[in-house]
Amino acid sequence: MANPIDIAARGTPPTLARKVRGLSDRAIAWIFVAPTIFLLLAINIFPLIWTIRLSFTNYAANKPNAEVKWVGLRNYERILTDEDIWSNMTTTAHFLIWTIFFQVLIGFTLAWLINRKFKGNDILTTLIVLPMMLSPAVVGNFWTFLYQPQIGVVNYIVEFFTGIPAASFSMLGPGGLAPWSIVIVDTWMWTPFVMLICLAGLRSIPDYIYEAAEVDRASKWRQFWTITVPMVLPFLMLAVLFRGIENFKMFDMVNLLTGGGPGSETLLTSIDLKREAFEKWRTGYSSAYAIILFVTVFGLASIYVKALNKVKER
Amino acid sequence: MKWTSLAASAAIALAWATQASAQGSELTLCWAAWDPANALVELSKDFEAQTGTKMNFEFVPWPNFADRMLNELNSGGQLCDLMIGDSQWIGGAAENGWYLKLNDFFDKEGISMDAFVPATVTGYSEWPKNTPNYWSLPAFGDVVGWTYRKDWFERPDIQAAFKEKTGRDLTPPATMAELKEVAEFFQGRDIDGKTVYGASIYTERGSEGITMGVMDVLYSFGFKYDNPEKPYEMEGFVNSEGAVAGLEFYKSLYDCCVAPGTSNTYMGEGIDAYKSGQVALQMNFAFTWPGFEVDPNVGGGKTGYLVNPAGPNGERFAQLGGQGISVVANSDNVDGALAYIKWFAQQDVQQKWWSMGGFSCLRAVVEDPAFATSQPYAQTFLDSMAIVKDFWAEPSYASLLQASQARFHDYVVAGNGTAKVALDGLIADWTEVFEDEGKL
Repeated sequence: MANPIDIAARGTPPTLARKVRGLSDRAIAWIFVAPTIFLLLAINIFPLIWTIRLSFTNYAANKPNAEVKWVGLRNYERILTDEDIWSNMTTTAHFLIWTIFFQVLIGFTLAWLINRKFKGNDILTTLIVLPMMLSPAVVGNFWTFLYQPQIGVVNYIVEFFTGIPAASFSMLGPGGLAPWSIVIVDTWMWTPFVMLICLAGLRSIPDYIYEAAEVDRASKWRQFWTITVPMVLPFLMLAVLFRGIENFKMFDMVNLLTGGGPGSETLLTSIDLKREAFEKWRTGYSSAYAIILFVTVFGLASIYVKALNKVKER
Repeated sequence: MKWTSLAASAAIALAWATQASAQGSELTLCWAAWDPANALVELSKDFEAQTGTKMNFEFVPWPNFADRMLNELNSGGQLCDLMIGDSQWIGGAAENGWYLKLNDFFDKEGISMDAFVPATVTGYSEWPKNTPNYWSLPAFGDVVGWTYRKDWFERPDIQAAFKEKTGRDLTPPATMAELKEVAEFFQGRDIDGKTVYGASIYTERGSEGITMGVMDVLYSFGFKYDNPEKPYEMEGFVNSEGAVAGLEFYKSLYDCCVAPGTSNTYMGEGIDAYKSGQVALQMNFAFTWPGFEVDPNVGGGKTGYLVNPAGPNGERFAQLGGQGISVVANSDNVDGALAYIKWFAQQDVQQKWWSMGGFSCLRAVVEDPAFATSQPYAQTFLDSMAIVKDFWAEPSYASLLQASQARFHDYVVAGNGTAKVALDGLIADWTEVFEDEGKL
């Protein structure tokens, strides 16, 4: 079998080919990998290190000439003892847990139904995935109208089924519904994503396993719990990981829907962080805030990935 | 021969390039995307015709205006040569070197700040406040006032119903108490088969909306930002009895008299609610008024204009809006930008600016005897501009604003806590900001 490097060298001008032939495999590998590593260092690693450094200072990006003071752990201490920030963390956790719960439940159910062969299956699948193809900004804007108490369809549906007058409550206003309203919108938009991943998992299960179960006279219920669920679980966990990371940094859709209100009932950490960093210009403080969020996501994701690998190994 | 031709060609090319450069000078003016900006585009065509300068415009919708433009200024960008920035930016823009100081230019060109309405000079141009340090030319006067459905107020059936309910005649409200009474009267009332509501007020959470609305009311109830004798001392001023009563009033107005779904509304939503005939009263900046006059639903005499009603002690103030025009220090066409300001400051240009819907700040225009009757809202604008107060214009105004947005929205819209708790919390937030700034 010909050496791929020789093949590559044969296709290049003779002088260059000689030079390439003179390089070791490791050197050639570095040549190919170096641009990516450089970009990774420049775009990801350097800003991260710089952010860590800034988090120990009082630096404000809108005051380039002001003296930058080293404040030690003061920014971290202020953040971790700030009741408002803990309240925002709770709001984010509420959003995260319930969106993932509903998306997994509905997404898996839809995938299970779509996986059956019936007429119009392809068209239905396409229609279901439409919401996730929309821009979050568009979704935020039109759901604002759907939630409008006087003209929005949501309040009228509630009135139709419950008799509660449409204009008597506001999905995005006071009354405690706003945190649930943003969960509904995110679930509407991203359930198709979870469905697609689950569908891929369901379609990866070979038919012969079900045939063997049929031969063994296993009931449909037992087949579902002993074949379908375990084999789809790694896919499902992957979907949860993706949605968890995405929703932890949710900004655009919620900012458009509520702006964090009423009060701070839907003020997610990402919205709060953006305001600290780019409206109040507390760069040092917001760097510490970002690092805390990063460590939280990174830590949780690492634990989760280990659990995912264990499930895959089973 | 060859060298002669080459030299001639070079000379022609040089002459052409010089001419193109002189004629092809460009300026970019940055402002918010709203009706006055469209009027300015039309007005600026005269400047283009006179100077040959091509004017470009960068307009950003209000909710993103501060965010986008402060980022632009802060990053040292060269997008804008001229900036019509919000009044609260002036402290930060001056101290961070974003705007060019205009004192020398004004002296050289004979532009006197005495020629402009004093409140607009203090509000839009001076930093530090009440000192002769000018960073902009007052460009667009604006103030929060009220519009009301004059046609509804004049209907005999509605007048009779109001008299029956309240025992007094239905007149445009002169006090906050009357305003609430009128709003309560209209709330949920059926007019021509349509349910209408009392008032549209500011409740927006994300940028500055609810702060502008609450402050507009609080001033007349005795709220002060700090001790006039001791700057930044806020205890007893921000949370004075009057201020607490003012905030409670705003919440009661929100609870009783707004349309369903009013939890995140600002200028645009107010305009929509009013034009669509949904509300009887509307709080909004004066810039919206020319648009109402030409609207088929509420124009043509159907709208009345009100100065902010007086508070319980008869005090009457209004929230300042509006902007000055400044030269961005990073501009690579400072001379061109200054030429634009010189042109814009002329009386005939300012007169035309007013006629096109721009609220001129030039005294020669607004003090002209014909001004008050030139538009149905002109007198109200003049009276309102005489009683303005503005939010902090400190370099840290954004932090101060975000704190008030959170505290006010949490109390007024979400209904958490009390007015006293909200204002005490606001003092704590503002104190922290000023401590970080080294001012406390």
